[in-house]
Amino acid sequence: MTLAFQTMNAIPHGPDYVSILPEIVLSIFGLIIMMLDPVMDERRSQRTLGGVALIGGILAMAATIFQGHYLSHTGVASLAAFWNMVQIDAFSIFFHFVVAAVTILVILASYEYMEVQQIRAGEYYGLLLFGAVGMDLMSSAVELVLIFVALEISSIATYILAGFRRRSAISAESSVKYFLLGSFATSFFLYGVALMFGATGSTSISTIGEALSQFELGHGPMLAYVGVALMFVGLGFKVAAAPFHIWTPDVYEGAPSPVVAFMSTAPKAAVFAVLLRIMFQGHVPGRVWLIWVVAALSMTIGNIAALVQDNVKRLLAYSSIAHAGYLLVAFAVWPSADAKNGIAAAMFYTASYAVMNVGAFAVVGHFASQGERYVTIEDYAGLGKRSPVLAAVFTTFLLSLIGIPAFGGFFAKFYVFSAALQQNLVGLVIIGVINSAIAAYYYLRIIVVMYMREPREEIPVAPIPVGLGFALGLSLAATIYLGVLPNRVLEYASRSVELLR
Amino acid sequence: MEEIPVSYYLVLSAILFACGVTGFLIKRNIITIFMSIELMLNGVNLSFVAFAARWHNLSGQVFVFFVMVVAAAEAAVGLAIIIAVFRTRETLNIDQVNLLKL
Repeated sequence: MTLAFQTMNAIPHGPDYVSILPEIVLSIFGLIIMMLDPVMDERRSQRTLGGVALIGGILAMAATIFQGHYLSHTGVASLAAFWNMVQIDAFSIFFHFVVAAVTILVILASYEYMEVQQIRAGEYYGLLLFGAVGMDLMSSAVELVLIFVALEISSIATYILAGFRRRSAISAESSVKYFLLGSFATSFFLYGVALMFGATGSTSISTIGEALSQFELGHGPMLAYVGVALMFVGLGFKVAAAPFHIWTPDVYEGAPSPVVAFMSTAPKAAVFAVLLRIMFQGHVPGRVWLIWVVAALSMTIGNIAALVQDNVKRLLAYSSIAHAGYLLVAFAVWPSADAKNGIAAAMFYTASYAVMNVGAFAVVGHFASQGERYVTIEDYAGLGKRSPVLAAVFTTFLLSLIGIPAFGGFFAKFYVFSAALQQNLVGLVIIGVINSAIAAYYYLRIIVVMYMREPREEIPVAPIPVGLGFALGLSLAATIYLGVLPNRVLEYASRSVELLR
Repeated sequence: MEEIPVSYYLVLSAILFACGVTGFLIKRNIITIFMSIELMLNGVNLSFVAFAARWHNLSGQVFVFFVMVVAAAEAAVGLAIIIAVFRTRETLNIDQVNLLKL
């Protein structure tokens, strides 16, 4: 019996730690928060701990930037560490950046929210950071079991976060639903990993790629196909792609709004990174029609169900299912020779979706006020008069979600659809464009209600507090930046795909 | 003595996994549903071990430890969440935990 670890150096060295630097920073700050929380006065702890978490998030972003400089300084395209379990390259740094940005924005958006909802803050910020650790690790892991562990780190943190309004029955219910369906999905993913291991004798994505590249496409071992399908089911649950989307509306409706902002963007980005790596780097025998069907279903089900929603959080949940569908269109481009446009488009999409969705949920969380009372579309009537700034910001995010030019959402969709068109996926693009038109209806409905409808009752709108103001300002700036000057981000994405080969 | 073929273990693990899926879908008590998930994970563990024997590769057995640790963490969090639900609803029947509906 050969022991795989025998020949390896048993002690990690310097570059190994660089490769997980953001994770280390986030873990340390998470632990600091957990230790400070019990010794601090409950009323004052909220702001201090929020500040500590914010510093942690900013330092994690700095660590990510440092990783980028480290790579260009040493002149290598990728840095494999911890016995080829973690790999740092431009691709993972991109996703680290997205996760860190979302974490910072969510911490800022939660800063006053926690006080309004009277939630004890300590564990909240700790769990946000620990969840971000899992997501960072997911985007840099190149080994399936590590991906599983990272997936669970991020999932377990978000299960708890979803139920953070503990006294509210719907929050607890959303948490238990998320937990049960999430663990159900994770088991499928894990079974897929086991079968992959059985088919190839390894769980390292590159070794699997080598083993499978010996076979012609479509003639690999049966176990590998079943394994990929099961992994796809598990990951499909996590990104809320139809037909694995059933949990999404319930969970998003019940969970606290900043948490929804977090879990609808950062884990999704990380899971898409995992999917891209498995499919692209692993030469895994993907089936384009499978992704085709899932993408088409997600777009259609998401948008049509969103048409009839009265609850804004539920509406945005269905919209997030639809957006997962648009993103998967980019995946259907695989396995052609120039799939790199599709992958770059998918990366751009995750970034722009992250900023606009965090912004939208931050507005919803602020407007909902104590106990998340005001969440129906009717409640938004007259917001344009009573709080013009909040209404204008919300309108911008909604327009970006529709995909109106000058906002990030437009180029995201544009790149995805043009990558698909290059591969002659005309049918899928037509479905996508029709869906975008349907989607415009329900986003515009909110805008119309905000500006045109007279309110039935006076709903008090608190002035925008500092933390939320920063969160909204930053995500607004990022949304407009991606809509006006998308080149830099897209070029970075294409370059990182180039290096991935 | 003749050795038991690996495929037997794989079939058993598939059966365990299928039992877990079935239990998840038809059971109505949240705790039982949660136990079904554990059953699925254990089915996976069995196939990891079987494949480890098939490939003469010990890492398959090491993965089982990872899975067990993660499952334990999940159980700790899961039971806490279930208690939170019980406190607000005083029931563990999934059909009665239905404030959020499609």
